[in-house]
Amino acid sequence: MSITLTLFLIVVGITLVITFWAARRSNTTVQFWAAGRSIKGWQNGLAIAGDYMSAASFLGIAGLIAFNGYDGFMYSVGWLVAYLTVLFLIAEPMRNTGKYTMADVLAYRMSPVPVRSAAAFSTVAVSAAYMMAQMIGAGSLIKILLPDLDKNLRPYFDWAIFGTKLDPSIALVGLMMMIYVIAGGMVATTWVQIVKAVLLMGGAILLSLLVLLYFNFNFLAFFDKIYSVKDSVTKLPFTSPGILYPYGKATIWGVDKALVENVSLGLALILGTAGLPHILMRFFTVPNAKAARSSVAWAMGLIGSFYVMTTFLGFGAAALIGKANICAKVVTGFKCAPGLKPNNNMSMPRLADFLGTHFFGTTGGEFLLAFIAAVAFATILAVVAGLTLAASSAFSHDFYVGVVRTHMLHGTVSEREQVLVARITAALVGLLSIWLAARVGATANVAALVAGVAFVIAASANLPAILFTLFWKRFNTWGAVASLVGGTVVTIWLVALGPGWTLPAVAHPAFPLQNVGIVAIPVGFVLAIVGTFIGDLAKADRLAELKFHEIDVRAQTGVGAEASPVPA
Amino acid sequence: MEIGKSLPAQGAPPKEPARPEPVGSDVVHWEGLEETDEFRKLVNARWRFVAPATVFFLAYYFALPLSNGLFPNVMRTEIIGHINLAYIFALSQFVMAWLLAYFYIRQAGRVFDPLAEAVRRRAGKGR
Repeated sequence: MSITLTLFLIVVGITLVITFWAARRSNTTVQFWAAGRSIKGWQNGLAIAGDYMSAASFLGIAGLIAFNGYDGFMYSVGWLVAYLTVLFLIAEPMRNTGKYTMADVLAYRMSPVPVRSAAAFSTVAVSAAYMMAQMIGAGSLIKILLPDLDKNLRPYFDWAIFGTKLDPSIALVGLMMMIYVIAGGMVATTWVQIVKAVLLMGGAILLSLLVLLYFNFNFLAFFDKIYSVKDSVTKLPFTSPGILYPYGKATIWGVDKALVENVSLGLALILGTAGLPHILMRFFTVPNAKAARSSVAWAMGLIGSFYVMTTFLGFGAAALIGKANICAKVVTGFKCAPGLKPNNNMSMPRLADFLGTHFFGTTGGEFLLAFIAAVAFATILAVVAGLTLAASSAFSHDFYVGVVRTHMLHGTVSEREQVLVARITAALVGLLSIWLAARVGATANVAALVAGVAFVIAASANLPAILFTLFWKRFNTWGAVASLVGGTVVTIWLVALGPGWTLPAVAHPAFPLQNVGIVAIPVGFVLAIVGTFIGDLAKADRLAELKFHEIDVRAQTGVGAEASPVPA
Repeated sequence: MEIGKSLPAQGAPPKEPARPEPVGSDVVHWEGLEETDEFRKLVNARWRFVAPATVFFLAYYFALPLSNGLFPNVMRTEIIGHINLAYIFALSQFVMAWLLAYFYIRQAGRVFDPLAEAVRRRAGKGR
């Protein structure tokens, strides 16, 4: 076993022990529930940052910048600015009206059975799409740590499911993560996310400082070096926009296609965050609206600082290693081993390897690679836990208990039964995401994937339903179901028709854009409005309008807000 | 907490909060609160901040991809060394987001919270 792998396992082991210990401690103390209600703003802010910054942020953005220069930085910008939407419109009203899940807020006004079913559907879709990218990220790490694993396992994975052969590394690490999460070893508590957020920030700060140290803290020299990296197709320097989506190459609807892609991406980035179920759940752990507000502020500070550092991480990898040499196995002189294709998700670990070797010799490189890979792995595991929790609680709490058992099969639901349903849901979502990861391809960039699917579903299905429930008096059950189901289906459909995320891209896709938000998000909002008017005509749901008065007062003031029932 | 144990133990399926009859006293209560001066002031104060701030940040944010696409040569203009306008504009988005968040939180503490507190007090008394 290589030094790197051993160190990786040790660091991951320590992290798991710390988080397990922290969770156990808060689990066994009498103050558990009290602490649940009094999670401080800064603690929750760290936890939001932990839940939010996934493989997409830690591996994906650095990879996009390392391979495409400036354009990748747009993800960093958008994912921070997104929090203004959350802060201004979502965080406080959600805290004031919410209980456990997003669907609870909707069911306040709407007819519970259809709305809970629809919300469970969109939540599972967002979670599976988000998790698919995490699986690819985890697979990339395993491919670096065990470069021959894919080759050795290939014979055992030589069968197709619905026409797709599973990727051995992704399937293996994905299954292990799911077993661990479902068995309950990894707990999605506030403390897990806090530990993970601190590790992630620490890793990013360390690598950023080393990149700057490489250039003797001369920022201009760093940019000179980035400028000297040129894209092979467009011939543009990496400091320049227009490499990921080259301008002036094609038009769509009479507008430059690259411009449309970038605006479409921007829409998904800044509107998607406010519809992510696992982030919304975070606002139910704080005592009041003021704490919800301050937790967003803390999260924005941390997340923003991290995203500024992607400048050093991404451009650093581009300038110091170069995209041609970022792959699972490198030979002497940091050249890609023969026969291997570059994989942009590996930029961060490769940068760690390079900087460690440069400053501290071969062992230093192995150690830093192991450390960053372990941080990335802890990041992924924590996010997978949070997503699993969101998906399984949506399904077991909203759909199984709230719909099936309350309105269809009457009788009592034991806690054991509820947990069983939650675990089965988690397992199915996990397997689905492993299959999706193989379908999309192991070299697809995880940030582009998360922004391209999960964020678009969140923005087109969940956001209209939440915003209109909180702020539009005439909104009703029909509108909510139309956007939750319609937004999800339209997004998945357009993405399936689109060009995909791995090269070579489909030459003439049925839908021309990678980022479908510019179509799907307006469609989601229009469906919500049209659905509402149809429901109105049918006079199907008059209570929704009457209940608006209540949710209006509660959302704005916190009158009658529940003491936070979600444990820390 | 373990997966599936996120919710407090539920022995029986939770009843949906009963949706009250249209003319129940509850409805009158909420509508009554909605029409109080304090509540109207709160809603007005909030929207007076949130609406322009939202329009501003959306405009400022989308100005970045739009100007990158429409005026690529202007955005490639180098300001200091090889640091170009596009990168500086992108960095300014971080500052913009942090500043707007700061102003919102300051405004909320000074204006929204006292008004919300007034409505909550009235709700406590006037049921």
